[in-house]
Amino acid sequence: MRRMTKHRSIAVILLALSILGGYFIYSSEVKKGNYTFKLGLDLSGGTHLVYKADTSGLAAGDVQASMSSLRDVIERRVNLFGVSEPVVQVEESGVVGGGGHKLIVELPGITDVNKAIALIGKTPVLEFKLVNESALADIQTQVQALDANGKPIGGIQQSPVSSKGEPFADTGLTGRLLERAELEFDQRTGEPQVSVQFNREGSELFAKITKENVGKRIAIFLDGTIISSPVVREEIAGGKAQISGGNMTSKEAQSIVRDLNYGALPVPITLEGTQKIGASLGASALQASVQSGIWAFVFISLFLILWYRLPGLLASVSLAVYVVVMLLLFKAIPVVLTSAGLAGFILSVGMAVDANILIFERMKEEFKRGRDIHSGIFEGFSRAWFSIRDGNLSSLITAAILFWLSSTPLVKGFALILGIGVLVSMFTAITVSRTFLLAIAPKSHGKVSTFLFNNGFKN
Amino acid sequence: MFVVLYRKWFYAVSALLVIASVAAMAVWGLRYGIDFTGGSLIELEYANARPTVEVVQKQIGTTDIGAFSARESGDKGFIIRTKHLTQEQHDVVIAALAKDADGKVVGVEEKRFDSVGPLLGQEAARKAWVSIALVLLAIVAFITYAFRQVSEPVSSWKYGIIAIIALAHDVIIPAGAFAYLGQYYGYEVDTLFITALLVILGFSIHDTIVVFDRVRENLKHRSSGEQFEHIVGKSIGQTFVRSINTSMTVLISLIILYFVGSEATKHFVVALLVGITAGTYSSIFLGSPLLVTFEKMQEKKGR
Repeated sequence: MRRMTKHRSIAVILLALSILGGYFIYSSEVKKGNYTFKLGLDLSGGTHLVYKADTSGLAAGDVQASMSSLRDVIERRVNLFGVSEPVVQVEESGVVGGGGHKLIVELPGITDVNKAIALIGKTPVLEFKLVNESALADIQTQVQALDANGKPIGGIQQSPVSSKGEPFADTGLTGRLLERAELEFDQRTGEPQVSVQFNREGSELFAKITKENVGKRIAIFLDGTIISSPVVREEIAGGKAQISGGNMTSKEAQSIVRDLNYGALPVPITLEGTQKIGASLGASALQASVQSGIWAFVFISLFLILWYRLPGLLASVSLAVYVVVMLLLFKAIPVVLTSAGLAGFILSVGMAVDANILIFERMKEEFKRGRDIHSGIFEGFSRAWFSIRDGNLSSLITAAILFWLSSTPLVKGFALILGIGVLVSMFTAITVSRTFLLAIAPKSHGKVSTFLFNNGFKN
Repeated sequence: MFVVLYRKWFYAVSALLVIASVAAMAVWGLRYGIDFTGGSLIELEYANARPTVEVVQKQIGTTDIGAFSARESGDKGFIIRTKHLTQEQHDVVIAALAKDADGKVVGVEEKRFDSVGPLLGQEAARKAWVSIALVLLAIVAFITYAFRQVSEPVSSWKYGIIAIIALAHDVIIPAGAFAYLGQYYGYEVDTLFITALLVILGFSIHDTIVVFDRVRENLKHRSSGEQFEHIVGKSIGQTFVRSINTSMTVLISLIILYFVGSEATKHFVVALLVGITAGTYSSIFLGSPLLVTFEKMQEKKGR
């Protein structure tokens, strides 16, 4: 009898905890606090963008670092957009996917794709180029030799080319090597200027360029236009440079600083995939998923109670515990819920029952062999365990492969929920159901208890 | 017992379904979704009554985006499929669709826009094949391992082979169903369909393992002179109710998902419905009886 008291107290504690958990889930959804469910774009509405990164220009060792700095840059830009909880992540395709890197951007609530793309795709390019004075002069004379209508005189080509070489030669020094940019004011004139600090590689390169080109001019290009072209007076070590020139207003200087800081993409990207889901579509998908979840639970419980009677009722209670544990995990991990993920969850409710069905069928056999209710319950559980273990392991294998290989968030969410569901259901269907059963199992075979513990339609 | 006794009839049913499915795929082919082929999909809903298909086709025809298809969806909506559109092309199409036959502007809401570049599509297709192959391999390896102690009278790797036969059956039938549904109802083979196939694989193997597990247990407690055939028959009988009941609970979930669930997962649910039904059938009427057939073949060879 003492054992029974133990099972009863555990059962009561389990029930109380589940009810508390259920109340927490309910109240945290109503209050809209920190613990609300994370909804995927297909349920909340929003934009999902997939960019392909072109890493062909990078040395193999630089790829990882460049991709993570690409992610940081895009993240900063996206944050400027004022989206709540945007997702920016880098994905490596791996051998199976054919190599290459992708950048995935998710913007919940944003359905203006054009605006989003413009914001993300904006690439201020900062370049430092060496001025070839003779070539420049050559081209300048060509350009001056235009007639009043802007047409070249004397058969000069449309875009002037000098035989003396490129007027602006690449130095390899670009915004990629920038550490940060700041707005400063010239101490003498009070004019605004942009001060840039290169990173180590950039500083070394900058020092080398200035050392080798004393007396020459370096042109600073932003987005393809010259901002200034100061003359190099001496070698500049330390990697600090000032960009000032023209009649830069402090506002312009400020926007350059912002673009440079949030700016220059270390890796060129191209838009490969777009997915936009309107808010109304998302809301109706969510509602449909929740409703089907409730109905699935009700019908499965009815089925269990009708077929397995008292154990069926207990299985329904442990199924409710399963649902509570799963929902709590969704909040705690947190799992991003998508329509496919919710379908996986609802499917897992059906599958979670499987362990109970296996056990009950086994119990029935043991009763038939003349065991009493108590030892029948024990035998049923221990004999069903091997099938439950093997079957669930194969489901876990499937879930793991799906999660590892899937490229869409929809499928990843499904695999994750299926995997968690299998693990949790092993706990609830075995431990929880057994505790409940043992808590109420009668000692002796009465007519009523035999009826309650039997199953099927024939008695 | 009757399952083992009349196994040839049950094989015939499976064979018939598989042949019909292969034929359906050969005749109609599978309709692949844009996530594999690359392309764009626009789903829109008109504020008032939607224009006719002809008007929509004429309007899109005014843009030069190439081949496209337009299909009515819901009460006021359309789903338009095109090749991979750039954002600018997309805007042009939406602008064209916001006009009726007379060029008047009508209210239209774009509910969904999916666009997949050809590279992404190729990658997704490659991943789909690899994941199916990997799941199959992992499952055979797992079964061979789990049943390693069972070598008499049918060796453990044969359990794996039988599982593969059963799994092929479970995957081919929904694929055939989708060839048919694709031809007449526009069902597409997309990432979700592949996911459904993988779930079916997992579920069906789960079912098959339960029966095999019973065979394993009954072999351990085998009374002398008991025929293998008889043991398999007994095992099927013992697990029969469980197999049906488990499938019932899953089918209940699926049927509810089909009628009440989200539109986005409807085709996914249909694939699961067909596949899980096929999987339940195969684990009872195909997998375990095949054990008997394998044993008989062995016996013949031995003589």
